[in-house]
Formats: sequence, structure tokens, C-alpha cells
Amino acid sequence: MTVYYLCFILFLTGLYGVITRRNLVKIAISLSIMEFSIFLLLALIGYTDGGVAPIVDPSDPLRTYVDPLPQAMVLTAIVIGLATTAMLMAVIIRIYRKYGTFDIREINSLRG
Amino acid sequence: MNPLIPLFVALPLAGAFLIMILGRLIRHFDKVVASLILLFLLVISLISLFRTGGSVDVYKVGGWEAVNRIPIGIYMVLDGFSAIVLCIVNLIGFLSAVYSFSYISRYTSGNFFYALFCLMVAGMNGVVLSGDLFNIFVFLEISAISSYALVAFGVGKDELEATFKYQVLGAVASFLILFGIGLIYWKTRTLNIADVRMVLSSGYDRSFYLLVQIILLSGFGLKAAIIPFHAWLPDAHSSAPSPISAMLSGVLIKAIGIYVIIRLFFNMFAISEGMAVLITTLGTLSMFVGVFLAVGQWDIKRLLAYHSISQMGYVVLSAGIGMILIARGIRYEVAALAIAGGIFHLINHAAFKSLLFLNAGAIEYATGTRDLKEMGGLAKSMPATSATSFVASLSISGIPPFNGFFSKLIIIVAAVMARFYLLAALAALVSIITLASFMKFQRYAFYDQDPDRKKTRAREVPFPMLFSMIILGVICLLLSLLAFPEVRELILTPATDILTDPSKYSSQITGA
Repeated sequence: MTVYYLCFILFLTGLYGVITRRNLVKIAISLSIMEFSIFLLLALIGYTDGGVAPIVDPSDPLRTYVDPLPQAMVLTAIVIGLATTAMLMAVIIRIYRKYGTFDIREINSLRG
Repeated sequence: MNPLIPLFVALPLAGAFLIMILGRLIRHFDKVVASLILLFLLVISLISLFRTGGSVDVYKVGGWEAVNRIPIGIYMVLDGFSAIVLCIVNLIGFLSAVYSFSYISRYTSGNFFYALFCLMVAGMNGVVLSGDLFNIFVFLEISAISSYALVAFGVGKDELEATFKYQVLGAVASFLILFGIGLIYWKTRTLNIADVRMVLSSGYDRSFYLLVQIILLSGFGLKAAIIPFHAWLPDAHSSAPSPISAMLSGVLIKAIGIYVIIRLFFNMFAISEGMAVLITTLGTLSMFVGVFLAVGQWDIKRLLAYHSISQMGYVVLSAGIGMILIARGIRYEVAALAIAGGIFHLINHAAFKSLLFLNAGAIEYATGTRDLKEMGGLAKSMPATSATSFVASLSISGIPPFNGFFSKLIIIVAAVMARFYLLAALAALVSIITLASFMKFQRYAFYDQDPDRKKTRAREVPFPMLFSMIILGVICLLLSLLAFPEVRELILTPATDILTDPSKYSSQITGA
């Protein structure tokens, strides 16, 4: 059970970073931390104690396998996460060119 | 098995890639292909809307049949409710694509614009049709990522700031959604919505699912910009190019926010009264606070964006009233009426809010400003824009005989019949404040010319923009027909049936 709590603590660490950091790149890194904590949770959900990779061996019907579906989900989610992170970094680079700073307090042209 | 269902996702995806490859070589390839694809999808979505009726049409991707009644393939489900949302997505998509023919001349690289546009439509169609939770997440991310790029399309200071906020909050929302989906899979060992319902119907752990429901509600609430989660919406919707604002406000927040909330809470979870009261409260809050935030705005698109929050509040509120009544197990006909009113308002809002954003785009195209204080007297120089925006303003403020009146009337009548008198009074009050706010918009933009100022040299916008606005203006009038019982039974009743009957959706899909 401890490992699930550690996962949740990692999620909260990322959330803390998103809320408190002022540097745009650090916010992006915190978002990645949140993302990976969820990937870890998904991988843990599929884990079975003593399980092996799910390639069915007909000669040994009693063998335990890990659940392959969460692994497929994690792979898909990692690819999606790559796309969001790349998009976010591209926007951050464009913001730096326009504003000349990474500080979120100085990027405040929209109000109200 | 309806072979047309996968086309809703496959065609726009193929279109996006073709535009990126061939768009450089062939002139106008992007515009023609994108609008033809969307027109074709609009036609087949209208056909399926009339043909689906009360049935639930399932397409199993790859033909994987269920094993021991446990669905193992990827299911795409077309029922009355998703057919309605598909129609809205493709209708507004087609009209925005036509509108962009001339509007896009403000920007460079129209190829990228149309490719991203097609991707966004593909994602939304996928979310609406998907029958399993993880595919909802995947398609939601496709449409979200392309909408991040489209909001930043102008790459000015405002656009970049808005898209950064939108992306950070959108990413947090996606993580919450993925977290919720993971938790559901942990307990039920299935991702199919209908199958989850079957597993839950044989008993479940109340406190665990309360956590899951709250996580999913905050995730999709962030996507739908319900009030405590609304901070990104006014920036993102007002900074985007106008046809994209029309798509974001008109359909994106509905297809990937409200639609999924309604689908999951009615058809997947067992409805509990606590969650129903929470959803009703959030809806009332959005409706009430949104309109007050809108009143003080002088930027047209920002004003319209805050009104989107408020009008979506009506939809969430009526769905919540329906949920409360179903949870108490009393007066199903009133619950059905409330839900029908909510879906009706969702359709209407897509029509009039897209029209208003297209009007705002036309004004910006002609005068170069979005500030209401710098306009005035446009009624003479832009008669068609003025007339259509007048229709849309009357619709959104609920003046008969336009569509907004009938849907608000149904929602208020349902609230009175369910004995939520306070909610009914608030809904009527918000409607009056909306009217005041749009009278201000009409007066400052189109009438009330300041004699001291030199005459603005605004001219009427080109034909493709006029075409989209006039068609939407006509649709605003025609949608009033949905208030008549015969038309309502044809279109709204199948959707409300699938939502009010707790087990119809799951039993039709799993065949149990």
C-alpha cells in the first residue's frame, strides 16, 4: 500500500510545483512530474505479485500474468504526454521571444 | 452495425494529413477539402440523427465480438444523444470552415489552420462516439492539443499568454481525468462504459466511487469551464481567431465537457442524490456568477465568453434537476422534461453563440477593434452583420419567437414543476440580465454613433463570412420548431429516453 501513497505524494509534489513556481519552464517540469505519477499509478494497477509478462504459455496453465491493459494505456498516455509537453515548450519559447522573460508575474497583459 | 460510424473520425483525420502533404502543392486544396469533408459529415450526421431514433447503434472496431458477454474490443456508440451532439459539431465546424475562407487572410499559413481544424473536429467526433473511457481520454487530448495550437494561432502577446493558461489548466484536467479512469479500471477491471455500469449494478464501494466521481467531475468541469474552474475560458476564447472562438465556445466545451459529464453521470455511475445536488449547485453558480462577470466587459469577445459560462450553467442546472428527481425515484416525466430542456438549450447555445462570435469576428475584420467604446453606427455600413447579430442577441436573451426563449421556458417550467422555485426565479433573473448586457452590445456596436468622431470606414464583410452568419441566423429561427411536440418527439425524446432510463444504454450495448 505504501507505494500507492508514494505515488499520490509525487502527484501532490507536481501540483505544488504548478501552483507555487514562477518560472514557466519549472511549471512545465512540475506538470511532467504530475503526469508521471499517474503513469506510475496505472502501471501499479496492472501489477500482480509474482506475475510474468503476459505471453501465454500453454504448457503451464497455472502461471500468473500481469495485466497488460494498463501497460498499453501507459504507452498511449506517454505518447500523448510527449505531444502536450512539446506543445507547451514551443509556447514557452514563443513567450520568451515576445516578453523576454520566463517570470509569470511579468506576463500579465490579459486582465479582467 | 452501422458502417458509417468510423467515418466521423477517419475522414477528418485523413483530411488533416492530406492537407499537410498536398496543401503546399495545390492552390486552395486546404479550404476545399476541409469544407467538403465537414459538409459530408454534416449530411451523414443529420441522416443518422433521423434514422437512429430510440435505438443504440454499436460499431466494434476491428470486429472483436464480446467474449462471455464481456466486451473486449473498442466500441463506438451512436445513440439519440450522441447523434444530436455530432450534428452540432459538424454543422458549426462546416460553417466556421466556410467563414474562415476570407477570415484566414489575416494570418499566414492557412494550411496549418485547416489541418488543425480537421484534427480538432476528429477529436470531438471521437469523444462523442466513443463507448469506452480510455478512448474518450485519447480523443479528448487530440482535440485539446489542436485547440491549444489554434488559440495561439496569431502568436501575439495575448494569444500566447492565453494559450499558456489554457494549456496548464487543460493539462491538469487531463491528468485528473486519466487518474479517475485509472481508479475505475482498478476496481472494475473494465473500461467499457456499459460494462462498468453492469459491474457497478451488482454493488459497489460508496466512498471509493464518491472520490472517483469528484475527480472526474473536476476534470471534465475544467474542460467545460463550470464556475470554480472557469479561469482559462475568457482569455482563451477571446484571444483565438473568431471562427475558432465559435468552435471553442459553440461546441468544444460541450462535446468534451458537458456531453461527457452527462453521459458518465447518467449512463455509467449509479445516480446518487449527493452528486446530483453538487452538480445542480455548480450549474446554478456558473449561471449566476457568469452573467455578472459578463456585464462589466467592454471587449466584445470577452463579453461573449463570459456569457458562454453563464449559458452552460443553464444546461448543467437542468441536467442536475433531472438527476435529483431520478435519484429520489419520483416524477420521471418532470426529470425527462428538465433533461429535454437542457439538451434543447445545448443545441440552441451552439447556434446563437457561434453566430455571435462570427459577428464579433466580422466587426473586428471590418473595423480592426474589439472594444465596444470605439465602435458605433455600424448598422448602416454593415446591415447583414447587424441583422444577424440582432437575431442572435434576441435568441440568447430569450425573446420569443427565437429558439433561446423556448429552451429557457422549458427549463424554468421544469424547475417550477420540480418545486425548485428559487432556481426557477434565478434562471429568469439571469435571462433578464443577459438581455440588458446584449442591449448594451447592440447599442454601442451598431447604433448610437458619436457625432464628434470621424466616420468609420467600415464595409460589409466578404461573401463566405456573410454566408455562414446568415445560415446560422436562419437556424436560430428554425430551431424554435423543436418546441413543437411532434418535432420534439422525433429528435429530443430519444436522447432523453437514453438518459432517464438507468439501464437502457448498458443493456443494449452488452446485450444483457
